Amino acid sequence: MLSPAILIPAILNGLMSGAVYALVALGLTLIYGVLHIINFAHGALLTAAMFAAFFANRWLGLDPYVAAFLLTPLFFALGYALQRFVIGPAAHGEDRNILLVTLGLAVVIENALLYVFRADTRILDLPYGFDTIQVGPAFIALPRAIAFVAVIAVALALWLIMRFSDTGKAIRAVAREKLGAELAGIDVAHVYAMTFGLGTACLAVAACLLIPSYYVNPSAGNAFVLIAFTIVVLGGMGSVAGALIGGLFVGVVESLSGLWLGESLGQIGIFLIFILALLLRPSGLFGERA
Amino acid sequence: MSRFPISRRRFLHTTALGAAAMSAPAVLRAQGAPVKVGILHPVSGALSYSGQQGRIGAQLAIDEINGAGGIKALGGAKIEPMLGDAQSTPEGGNAEVEKMNAAGVAAIVGGYASAICLAASQTAARYDLPYVVDVGVVDSIVTRGLKNTFRFGPGFGVIAKTALENLVTINDQAGKPAKTAMIVHEDSAFGAGLAKLLNAQLPDKGFQVLETISHPTPTRDFNNVALKIKAQSPDLVIPANYYNEYVLLARTLLQQKIRPKGIYSVLGGAASSYKFVKEFPEAAQFIMDCNHWFDPKNPKALELKKKVEAKGEFYTYEVYMNYSGVLLLADALERAGSADRARIIAALESSTFAGHVMPYGPTKFVNGQNQGAAPVNTQVLDKDIQVILPAKFASAKAVFPIPG
Amino acid sequence: MKAQAKSLLPILVALALLAAVPLVTTSNVVLNFLVFALLIALVGQGWNLLGGYGGQHSFGHAAFFGTGAYVTAILQVRYGVNAWPAFALGIFAGAAVGAVIGALAFRSGLRGSYFALVTLAFAEVLRIVASVAPITGAGVGTLVKLDLRWQALQFQSRVPFYLIILALVAVSLVLVRVVERTRFGAWLVAVRENEDAARALGVDTTLVKIGAMMLSAAITAAGGCFYAQYYLFIDAGIAYGPWISIEALLAPIVGGVGTVFGPLLGALVVKSLGEATKLLAGDAPGLDLVIYGSVLVLVVAFAPRGIAGLLADLRRWGRRAPAGALAEADHA
Repeated sequence: MLSPAILIPAILNGLMSGAVYALVALGLTLIYGVLHIINFAHGALLTAAMFAAFFANRWLGLDPYVAAFLLTPLFFALGYALQRFVIGPAAHGEDRNILLVTLGLAVVIENALLYVFRADTRILDLPYGFDTIQVGPAFIALPRAIAFVAVIAVALALWLIMRFSDTGKAIRAVAREKLGAELAGIDVAHVYAMTFGLGTACLAVAACLLIPSYYVNPSAGNAFVLIAFTIVVLGGMGSVAGALIGGLFVGVVESLSGLWLGESLGQIGIFLIFILALLLRPSGLFGERA
Repeated sequence: MSRFPISRRRFLHTTALGAAAMSAPAVLRAQGAPVKVGILHPVSGALSYSGQQGRIGAQLAIDEINGAGGIKALGGAKIEPMLGDAQSTPEGGNAEVEKMNAAGVAAIVGGYASAICLAASQTAARYDLPYVVDVGVVDSIVTRGLKNTFRFGPGFGVIAKTALENLVTINDQAGKPAKTAMIVHEDSAFGAGLAKLLNAQLPDKGFQVLETISHPTPTRDFNNVALKIKAQSPDLVIPANYYNEYVLLARTLLQQKIRPKGIYSVLGGAASSYKFVKEFPEAAQFIMDCNHWFDPKNPKALELKKKVEAKGEFYTYEVYMNYSGVLLLADALERAGSADRARIIAALESSTFAGHVMPYGPTKFVNGQNQGAAPVNTQVLDKDIQVILPAKFASAKAVFPIPG
Repeated sequence: MKAQAKSLLPILVALALLAAVPLVTTSNVVLNFLVFALLIALVGQGWNLLGGYGGQHSFGHAAFFGTGAYVTAILQVRYGVNAWPAFALGIFAGAAVGAVIGALAFRSGLRGSYFALVTLAFAEVLRIVASVAPITGAGVGTLVKLDLRWQALQFQSRVPFYLIILALVAVSLVLVRVVERTRFGAWLVAVRENEDAARALGVDTTLVKIGAMMLSAAITAAGGCFYAQYYLFIDAGIAYGPWISIEALLAPIVGGVGTVFGPLLGALVVKSLGEATKLLAGDAPGLDLVIYGSVLVLVVAFAPRGIAGLLADLRRWGRRAPAGALAEADHA
């Protein structure tokens, strides 16, 4: 089990998987870091984005990597609208109401997809879907390698936006001190909506990166939610770097514990690390003290 | 579909509220009045695809029976389906059974998932309501001593046994090239149960199980599983899981250029699925499966296949097993000559129905299990699924080991 | 003493009304529906104690539900223990798990969302272990043998089941009402409102939270034990799955957190909503749940303090009393 021939590919696999998890977690951590809400609708939104990526190929003939450029702004707008016109108003600012609203939204989105598209599992058969790159003893699937690179690029872009753009500064201001930001003239509702939009846009990219090697059906996105939550906490809520590094870390942990304990029991590795991290260092790798 | 305002009958029959107003016992049916039959499937939730396919099969059978004049012994009474959504949970299935009972159904067909079948058939047993299980394979479904439960298809004890016997046959015929195996199974009732049986019985048949890999449903990625398979190089890979995971596994094996001597699935989720073969012929080629399958020599089965494909659907096992289940029930109704539940149960107990489309021969129920029920071995050859065993239903010879 | 009796009056009235249901209808559809709704009310009341009164929102109450269910089932199936003591042991086991998780989480000072997510993680760990451990039957699950005698806590008729779950709900209502009036309850609310201030005043906040968790766990575990007896089949996904953690918090939030009747109201409303949407949507898969989710969002939008809060508001308008800080403290 410990031979490099298995260990190295397993670690690389873990990094590839972790990259996608990181992107999903990125969206979640932004939303949490700023709005302080746990977005229960994240999985359903990912599913919606995956359907969009699928049909962009089916109906418009767009390769998913190209479709990403179309879907990202689209889903940004969707996320913005959801927060501005549904979640924000419905929740009246109460945390647990936001929980319920996002839960309700999740149910609506998932079942609307079921009603419209039915339950069939759909997979794209792309010409490069089965290609591999050789890295040492490992054969890495091409779509996963592309996803890895893309995620790092997106994380970097997001970090730059948050650090240096006016929007990013406004978002960070609201995250840190909402009242002060409001007094300084920042439109908090708008910032909240922008953040939610950014988070949803991350899902659109994640969907396009996933679809060449994964399937889509009305509950496909749910498989990524729990692990995204884990990463958000591990990396520190609100931290872009934390989400990326946390994601890669979790991916490798999942991979190695799957190797040792089997795929079923191996899932426990993620949660045990998560619990340990929370008990020992609750603010996460990069987060602020809780 | 919904109508507004809601019809009074629908209100009374499908809500707890209505049922409260309607607690009167079932009234004796006048001849010619329709016979209500509950059709229960998980059409929403995680199992929705299978549930929807099952419903299609059941509905086709009902349309066919009604089109041919209904139940003759009841004066041409039509079968009126009462569709129930088990919502992929046992509680959901349970609640639907209660409603169906209150609405006065003569019997229930369906369930699909073992957990749902267990709960639903048990509830039905309280009312001595006949319950025909469509798929649910766990053995405990028929070992609880419930008089009302009848399983038309095989349980996994029979499936594991048949799968192993056929494996030995195929291996022997090819000159015994396969000695080692790795089992990859999903970790809930059917996968875990099957793996246990296989693990116990494979060594007796001369196969060494190198490793048994259990995985959750859903599993996001099979690259590590593929790694383990590659590292240990088993002659056979034996998957037992649901559609999505099976497809991911098969694609990953193809991508990683892992070519065992054979991929021999037992209840493989996609291994004998027309959908999989159509969408990924390369990954599906040469895959063998021991699974539910229709009788390829039965013209009725082929006719049904055409009908289903004309609707744009895939001819999956849920379709024809439910189709057969409903036909079985209709036959019981004919022989009972009444919609009385006890009579239907008696009719099912003594049933020797052969008008179904499965390769089981005439039905014979012992303790609720149809004795003739057995899976069949298929292999994907040239973008089509052929039956390779048993010989009397075979349409092709097994290609084993995988060439190249 | 009179005040105590008076405060129990609404509970007694509600119980009397519910207990009378089997006299009014023999419909098993109704009884089954109510049994499930009451089960959710029980599980939700457990959550409510910790989350509504204590302000500690757990996302992993499945850990207690599942423990109750598995302990009850395994004791009967593998060790031949009688159903009644097995039920009691299930509740204790649930409380024990609550103590462990509570001690770990609260000793580390976890609050808010961190606490919520760690409870989720614990529930998932239990689920994964249960799905592979031989004692639970692993993936195959555990099937309690059908034995329709009262000695085995199973009944031919739905009515005894209904009365039992009703009794359990009653106990939970009284328990919460009693807690409300004890010092422990005051400490709990103090922790919710401002934990640091409470600690500064000398309240042992960690102990209070752990105690609340244990009690909360016991109540929810009772729900799990009942599930095992009623449905007779459990597996890892049913016992420890996210579905029950979500049900546990949905009912109290919709019904009104931090109130005695919140979970009961919420459970009845939510489950009735589910039935109503099934009716409206017909047989199309998914449509009923679309309507359900939408109504849920609307309910939150228009009743931000839950149904109990709505009722309190209506009563206030009815009395034309001035709204204000005092009225805010008015519980249903």
